[in-house]
Amino acid sequence: MDTRISTTAAERGQAAPAVPLYPLSLRVNGAEHQLYVEAWVSLLDLLRDRLALTGTKKGCDQGQCGACTVLVDGKRINSCLTLALMQEGRSITTVEGLANGSALHPLQQAFIKHDAFQCGYCTPGQLCSGVGLISEGQAQDRAQVRELMSGNVCRCGAYPQIVAAMAEVMQLPDNSQDRDDNAGARVGTVPA
Amino acid sequence: MNPLSFVVPFDQQAALEQIRSDGARFVAGGTNLVDLMKERIMLPQRLVDINRLPLDAIEEDEHGGLMLGALARNAATAYHPLVLERYPLLSAAILAGASPQIRNMASNGGNLLQRTRCHYFYDAQVPCNKREPGTGCPAIGGLSRQHAILGASAACIATHPSDMCVALGALEARVQVASQRGEREIAFADFHRLPGDTPQIDTNLAPDELITGIALPSAERFAGHSIYLKLRERASYAFALVSVAAMLDIGEDGAIRDARVALGGVAHKPWRLPEAEALLHGTPDAARFAAFAERLLAGAQGQGGNDFKLTMARRAIVRALNMAVAGTYNNTGHTNGTVMTRGAA
Repeated sequence: MDTRISTTAAERGQAAPAVPLYPLSLRVNGAEHQLYVEAWVSLLDLLRDRLALTGTKKGCDQGQCGACTVLVDGKRINSCLTLALMQEGRSITTVEGLANGSALHPLQQAFIKHDAFQCGYCTPGQLCSGVGLISEGQAQDRAQVRELMSGNVCRCGAYPQIVAAMAEVMQLPDNSQDRDDNAGARVGTVPA
Repeated sequence: MNPLSFVVPFDQQAALEQIRSDGARFVAGGTNLVDLMKERIMLPQRLVDINRLPLDAIEEDEHGGLMLGALARNAATAYHPLVLERYPLLSAAILAGASPQIRNMASNGGNLLQRTRCHYFYDAQVPCNKREPGTGCPAIGGLSRQHAILGASAACIATHPSDMCVALGALEARVQVASQRGEREIAFADFHRLPGDTPQIDTNLAPDELITGIALPSAERFAGHSIYLKLRERASYAFALVSVAAMLDIGEDGAIRDARVALGGVAHKPWRLPEAEALLHGTPDAARFAAFAERLLAGAQGQGGNDFKLTMARRAIVRALNMAVAGTYNNTGHTNGTVMTRGAA
């Protein structure tokens, strides 16, 4: 934990006495946190700046890139588009919380196996989004995985490998009709 | 972001009291409001977090309709078994919008209150009549690719960005609202406004009113022939250039008995002309569909950058009607673009 980051009312109050602080209780990756925060602090900034959980990334800060995706009570959301105070009492899982001790989450393992990243900046969001997608249970094939991962942008273009990693963990059929080069055009496009 | 205060009412009465304080805004999912606050487009002084209110149910009403709680999330609504079965159009429209993350956060009530995605509205450095009344509209004569072709004014040519609202317009939903002055219902067609000379006012919801629910009348006779056709710049996660919600009630003889068609991406509100829909009654054929499209788009006007929408909208209406005759489509990945075999397809 970065010791420059103050998390108590007294510490923060001294720095900015005029700004109201609100108490906040959160469980993050299994650990309980009692914090005091300003009303406008996003969940993303709280995770990164107050809790030093910098695995969750700030890409666009507008809900367009998905790099900030975390799980709240098991559901994937953009942590940049919610205020920390709106998550009072919730249980947050970030990329740091996906592994079980030293054993990686099966999706993390599959990302490594399939080389599903290059620069890695989007990867924490891709992983949390993928875990959320799997628990939602709505995707039945690779084309639907692509559609339901559309909230996560990868500028390195690792999409085929990301879908391959997802498909392996989800044990999706290896459908030769569903080629990566035409799946994107089919899904989300109205049939002729 | 601006300094602001934050309150969490635990019952509706407290929420309706809190919203009366200066500069107060309700916040539910936050997906639009938090973004607008970061851009300094909306600067509430007080946020009233309504997420603890018991308004998230989705349940049948006594008239064979469905009540959607204002705080039910868009994803929970789209995937609800009764919505999928009875209102496949609504499910398809919701799933055509935003991303899975945003649909998990966004509330049904908040979806109705989305602000426009006009680039000029979103840029606090330029004039905008919707953001700062009287400053002008740079979209007129500017970059207008996404802008309105129907119902625009000399003050504003913005479009409403919601997909869900286009389906709710076709479904003739009723918006239930409450304030300290009492409760009322607003017909969906009357909920959103055209810009006129007051484009800063998006809806007919009063500042002290809370959306508590959305009532859907029974629409099962349409469920076998409904389509949400969305045309956009990329295959997923983009706002509509033009969208069409079409629902048909087709008899045993194959003739259209009743029809509803609403358009998205073309106006300041979902665009529908109920009085024109009788043109669709009778045997489905190309000439009938073309005549209806002509009527629905009567008075449409391009702004230069969006002239293509005139042709695109006309073709999209005809295509959506042809698809609705064939059956119920979901083009959002949920059924992977295949025809669902329900109703008399």
